[in-house]
Amino acid sequence: MNTKIIGTGSAVPSRVLDNAELSTFLDTSDEWIRTRTGIRSRHIAQEGQTASALAAQAAKKAIADAGIAAEQIEAIIVATSTPDYIFPSTANLVQQEIGAERAACFDLSAACTGFLYAMSVADAYIKAGMYKKVLVIGAEVMSQVVDWKDRSVCVLFGDGAGAVVLGEDSSGKSIFRLHSDSGSAQALTLGKENAVHMNGREIFSFAVRKVPESVKEVLEESETAKEQVKYFILHQANARMIESIAKRLDVPVEKFPMNLETHGNTSAASIPVLLDELNRQNRLIPGDVLILSGFGGGLSWGSALLEWHK
Amino acid sequence: MLEKMKEIIAGQLNVNAEDVKPESRFKEDLNADSLDLFELVMALEDEYSVEIPSEELEKLLTVQDVCDYLKNHGVEA
Repeated sequence: MNTKIIGTGSAVPSRVLDNAELSTFLDTSDEWIRTRTGIRSRHIAQEGQTASALAAQAAKKAIADAGIAAEQIEAIIVATSTPDYIFPSTANLVQQEIGAERAACFDLSAACTGFLYAMSVADAYIKAGMYKKVLVIGAEVMSQVVDWKDRSVCVLFGDGAGAVVLGEDSSGKSIFRLHSDSGSAQALTLGKENAVHMNGREIFSFAVRKVPESVKEVLEESETAKEQVKYFILHQANARMIESIAKRLDVPVEKFPMNLETHGNTSAASIPVLLDELNRQNRLIPGDVLILSGFGGGLSWGSALLEWHK
Repeated sequence: MLEKMKEIIAGQLNVNAEDVKPESRFKEDLNADSLDLFELVMALEDEYSVEIPSEELEKLLTVQDVCDYLKNHGVEA
């Protein structure tokens, strides 16, 4: 048995913070941020708007898109670095909100790679025959964990949630390859008492070197040529990073959809939000080969190759 | 300065090779921002099999600075 995506959904806060507004309280400018990151604006949670609230909104849309009832969901996995509580898990709060009474619920922490790690767990459950329908969500309120005086970091992030329902598939394929290297663990951190801290150069080099390797790994494992891939859906960290990765892979950058311009980096939410946008814009057709690739704190990274059969 | 290095710098920073002179300053003369420099350093690291730490990068302001750095680390550039 294989795994396929049967529904997608996403949700972002209505409040938009653009670069011009940032430059009213930070020594920065629209031009500086735009040319170095590709970001023009980001969605920011209102006070009291939590990761679980965004996650539940995205989940409801994904379940509706899948055309199933919430009671059919057997597990909910939320990838987040900004949970409402340590426990109950964000997944528990989503369960309550959407009425997925049968589901086993837990959160998973792998920073910006979290969604890919969570998908791989769901994929393994389904392939093992343990569950038939799993809800996987990436949800973040990064605006609540950045230092709004640190112009090198706070301008990069945004808030949002994306969800997918994974189900069984008799055809198609799905493969995941995940990695971690804790030698550079301090290059990207979020502490209990400290805001997000990042060594920009180290993270840039790491992503630009490791992501192409990781993409090639899943291509080789699945005996797929890069030309057969419709879209490379990368974690949306920085447009310049994605352009550099595309160049290293020798793949046209047009095959790397981006939504950084209006969302910024939403950490674990970035991949499912982008995937949902592609789905709703009808840019995906059955049989399309997709590569999903995440990278971030840990350091952690990984890629998946999936066939779209919704 | 080796032609090869001039080529790498010109290619990474999207400038003409003849504009890359030893005294050229990356930021002011070659219009490189911090991310361009990250990429340039990665390309040099790959080409010459050296590692240029982040603290060193801040001191490399001109093309000559990079030549000197590489020379001091056993690379004949």
